[in-house]
Amino acid sequence: MNIFNIIGPVMIGPSSSHTAGACRIGRVVNKLAGDARIVRVCIQLSGSFARTYQGHGTDRAILAGILGYYSWSEELRDSMRIAAERGLSYEFVPEDIPGTHPNTARVYYECDNGKQGMVEGASIGGGNIQITNIDGMEVNFTGDNNTLLILHLDRPGVIAAVTHLMYEKYGDLNIGNFRLSRKEKGGEALMMLELDQMPPESVIEDLNNIKNVERAILIRALG
Amino acid sequence: MIQYNSIREIVEVAEKAGLKISELCLKDQAQQLGITEEELYREMEKDFDVMIEAADWGQQPGRISRSGLTGEEGYRMKQYAEHKGGLTGSLMTKAMARALAVSNCNAAMGRIVATPTAGSCGILPGCLVPMYEDRNFSKRDVVMSIFTAGAFGMVIATNACIAGAQGGCQAECGSAAGMAAAALVELMGGTPAQCADALGMVIVNELGLVCDPVAGLVEIPCIKRNAAGVILAYACADMALADIGLKIPADECITAMKEVGDRMSSDLKETAGGGLATTPTGKRLREQVFGKE
Repeated sequence: MNIFNIIGPVMIGPSSSHTAGACRIGRVVNKLAGDARIVRVCIQLSGSFARTYQGHGTDRAILAGILGYYSWSEELRDSMRIAAERGLSYEFVPEDIPGTHPNTARVYYECDNGKQGMVEGASIGGGNIQITNIDGMEVNFTGDNNTLLILHLDRPGVIAAVTHLMYEKYGDLNIGNFRLSRKEKGGEALMMLELDQMPPESVIEDLNNIKNVERAILIRALG
Repeated sequence: MIQYNSIREIVEVAEKAGLKISELCLKDQAQQLGITEEELYREMEKDFDVMIEAADWGQQPGRISRSGLTGEEGYRMKQYAEHKGGLTGSLMTKAMARALAVSNCNAAMGRIVATPTAGSCGILPGCLVPMYEDRNFSKRDVVMSIFTAGAFGMVIATNACIAGAQGGCQAECGSAAGMAAAALVELMGGTPAQCADALGMVIVNELGLVCDPVAGLVEIPCIKRNAAGVILAYACADMALADIGLKIPADECITAMKEVGDRMSSDLKETAGGGLATTPTGKRLREQVFGKE
């Protein structure tokens, strides 16, 4: 804990779990889409999110995150108008997602280049989140630390190539947590690396150049 | 390195070193975060600027919450303060206006600093913005006093909790008001021990306060409890500065708060299952916003 856990975060109200956390879940979707423009989202809201999302502005917050805004961006309030202007169609569906945290959202998205995906995450209090599933692959990261997500093909040598790069070129970066998920043998897979430090921009480019890596993204701590 | 698990220890270390609690905390946190003291100060100054903006924003007319249940509290209090002065004097009514304004800003999806939470975000600005804008304390001193508030807040978070869902409103508005009281004491030239006394006195007075938001929204009664928290913070800061003394040490008050919070029914901890939330009017307002169950 440090002083900014008590004095902070700076955020758009009214509730750190219902707005700030919700926005951060949306931002993961934005990051995963990368340069592609998201044209359609279906947002399932479970538990307390489902019951109070309109009064708390959870809908606006998630949408703002999907549009790339931060939990402290004033645009969060007007995200529905901004979504309409940018040609992003959205729907909110209250849905009981069994066995999940009371503030869970599942976002299905579709981009202009045809890419589709899904992110499931929970807002666990104080603006903190826990992402539990990406594209059907189980993950578990909170966004407390700078987190690298590397979508890749399940082939021998990919993990070694990634860790080799991290050690040889970015030796100052310490990996605090590592997790691998995959849909099936030889299919799509996802590596998650939580870092103790903030990596430079070049790490993404270098990771993207590794054979069988489809795409690497960085989720900044408290971003 | 300070562990932030004892108010008494922080007071002793500060007094021994001849430092204000804020100065001690700034040194320690700069070291822990790996940045310079000046960089850390600047970060905190940015947070204070957000507090000032939120207070200004919420004192404008037409600021209504998303649900429509609340609005214009800060604006009305500001008008009243300026035109009537108020029973408690204009400093207090202006302080309440800021607290209501920031809380209203939060409910209306404006930008705030959670201090320590969004539900209690009006109390620290309600106490400190008037010291800067109306009482002409230097910005540096006011921003520094936030480090004292934060240092004590970290102890509460470590030894008890700061979330209504975990410990009731005593843990949210109680912690915020206690932190603010300590900041006020330091600003007024009080000793570290007096800062601790002010914190403890607030906790003594907020003990047992439940978290019972109507419709589960951070509006009723949260917004008004922020104004009340400001009054309590000023009152306890004055009592501490008058050297009335705290009979139960602040650390023990925090432990008592935790015990009370643990024994509080979950219906009374942010779930809208009791208290004001389940009054006939509370239920009706819920239906008004979210429709029938």
